[in-house]
Amino acid sequence: MTNPYVPVLVLMAVAAVLALGGVAASAVIGPKRYNRAKLEAYECGIQPTPQATGGGRLPVKYYLVAMTFIVFDIEVVFLYPWAVSFAWLAGFGLVAMLVFLALITVPFVYEWRRGGFDWV
Amino acid sequence: MIDFVAPTIDWAAVSPVLVVLAAGVLGVLLEALVPARARRSVQLVLTLGALAGALVAVALLWGRVQEAALSVVGGSYLLTPFGLGVQAVVVVCALLGVLVVADRPGGQDAFAPTAAAVPGSTYEEQARRAGLEQTEVYPLVLFATGGMMLFPATDDLVMLFIALEVLSLPLYVLCATARRRRLLSQEAAAKYFLLGSFASALLIFGVALLYGFAGSVRLGAIAEALAGQGASPLAGMDVLALAGVLLVVAGLLFKVGAAPFHAWTPDVYTGAPTPVTGFMAACTKAAAVGALVRFLFTLAEGMDAGTRHGVEVVLWTVALLTMVVGTVVGVVQTDIKRVLAYSSIAHAGFVLVALVGFSETGAAAVLFYLLAYGLATVGAFAVVTVVRERLTTPVPDAEHGAASAASDTLLGEATHLAQWAGVGRKAPWLTAAFALFLLSMAGIPLTAGFIAKFGAFSAAVDAGAWPLAVAGVVASAVAVFFYVRVIVLMVLTPPADELVPDGGAPDGGAPEAAGTDAGPDAGAAAHAVGGGAPTGTLTAAPAATRTVVTVVTTPGPAALVVALCAAGVLLLGLLPASVLDLAGQAAKFVP
Repeated sequence: MTNPYVPVLVLMAVAAVLALGGVAASAVIGPKRYNRAKLEAYECGIQPTPQATGGGRLPVKYYLVAMTFIVFDIEVVFLYPWAVSFAWLAGFGLVAMLVFLALITVPFVYEWRRGGFDWV
Repeated sequence: MIDFVAPTIDWAAVSPVLVVLAAGVLGVLLEALVPARARRSVQLVLTLGALAGALVAVALLWGRVQEAALSVVGGSYLLTPFGLGVQAVVVVCALLGVLVVADRPGGQDAFAPTAAAVPGSTYEEQARRAGLEQTEVYPLVLFATGGMMLFPATDDLVMLFIALEVLSLPLYVLCATARRRRLLSQEAAAKYFLLGSFASALLIFGVALLYGFAGSVRLGAIAEALAGQGASPLAGMDVLALAGVLLVVAGLLFKVGAAPFHAWTPDVYTGAPTPVTGFMAACTKAAAVGALVRFLFTLAEGMDAGTRHGVEVVLWTVALLTMVVGTVVGVVQTDIKRVLAYSSIAHAGFVLVALVGFSETGAAAVLFYLLAYGLATVGAFAVVTVVRERLTTPVPDAEHGAASAASDTLLGEATHLAQWAGVGRKAPWLTAAFALFLLSMAGIPLTAGFIAKFGAFSAAVDAGAWPLAVAGVVASAVAVFFYVRVIVLMVLTPPADELVPDGGAPDGGAPEAAGTDAGPDAGAAAHAVGGGAPTGTLTAAPAATRTVVTVVTTPGPAALVVALCAAGVLLLGLLPASVLDLAGQAAKFVP
């Protein structure tokens, strides 16, 4: 029998080929159309530099929207399966979901009270 | 369709974790609803109450768990005596850690007024002037503690991963909140976050391989598959299992801070606010070692000789490497927080020495070691928070010439070792306590550290790992050098400010160290002068105008912590019997 570690080595080799191959292939065959926006550090809608004069506040609205989205996103992810099996799970499911909804409202309340929704 | 059977949940078994996490959630609500003025006291009461409640819950469960391990929802939460023992250590250290977090030496706590502000900005300065406080640290500490308590108390690898994230994410945030040296603090958090995510990825990859091997994420089922009883089509591919085990172990060893996964430790321990460093060093290590023991000991039962040998080779290498790196690199450090960080790496190595045999003796030794190390560490970092720099700027006086009046500003912590010279004369009691913690870490008899190291090394000898025990003794002997060096510096060396009578720049390393923290409220000013060459800001100024001396501020709750930790270290060293008994009870492997 061959050395039992050979499959692990093969796996690592396959992983290396996949990773390096992907990078190499996109460098070779990919189209190269550079423009100003593409060369910037991020593509998330916020100017990476320069920051406001004297440091100042970072515009964090983008992150707030993302975080608020996650609150409701996670909520819905669990609400749909519950809706499908609502009858089957009966009282236990109802209580469990209410506890879950109460918990997920906590960060919402926090964000609201701390001015996360004041859009000025 | 089969009928749904609601799981019955043993709420009592979950109560220690539940109390802490529920208090964390409540803490976030309080942040939103309580007026800013009252927040700190409300949070403090809630946090201390929850941790005390968790400790009571642990004590109440102690007897019950001795009879049979408590399994909740099919082992998602599995409370073994050992898991409960680790929870006890974590809660005790967290209680002490929170008191240090709450301390305000010199009137300000250790946390940034608004951690989100750009360091050195006017906004940050306004927040500081307004006296804002980031009381979110208390819920964050509670969430981290909850994760740490769940970490060693689960039979389910997915729960293990969730516990890892619950304990890690609050710690990443806490690391970034230091009031002073903001840039260093943010750098530490970024490093910790990136490397921590990488370690988490390794761990979850290992979980995937183990699931492929055994067809289950339960540790018990994986141990059975290792023993050749699994039904998975891949059962029998022991190499796959070994790769999975080693990847999970790598993820856990990262949290333990063992070499070669230790590289983050010195930077993060230095950059994080010192109270958080103390909490993190003691509690994270205890939780991660607990999870490592739970994981390895369960799987070792099913391993055949070959696989077990593979795991043991790795553990031996890591333990040896960790002890060597921790002590040898620790010897040349010049910053007190880095010295303690490398000492914590070395201790990770000593703990690993205790567990190589996968035996009950080893588990008991690990538990005692974690408690002894945790007490000494929380206490030592509490002392570091009160040894501070004070900047004296003479106010020019037209009639009497220079330096007739002076204004004092309290700066950040004096972490450079040269600044610790002569601290013993300024605060003899604190110095005595600090020396006690260092001696305990060195493993000098009559302290907790000695009993702990003795237990760890004799467990290794019992398991036939005597070369590791010998290496541990040698490493401890070398480590004594750097602990004693700090003690000598504090007690016998005269303070730098006595060497230069009228405010001239003191010789030696002190001014350079002071420079890194120059200006009122440190980080902001260092940033303002450019950050690139903060070393020169003080030495370049005319020598007689500004001086920085090391002062010891009066600690508040931290004084209680130092006293309690010192008493604990002494008691565990002099009368260890009862705690050793408890550790022995907790290490019994109950089915």
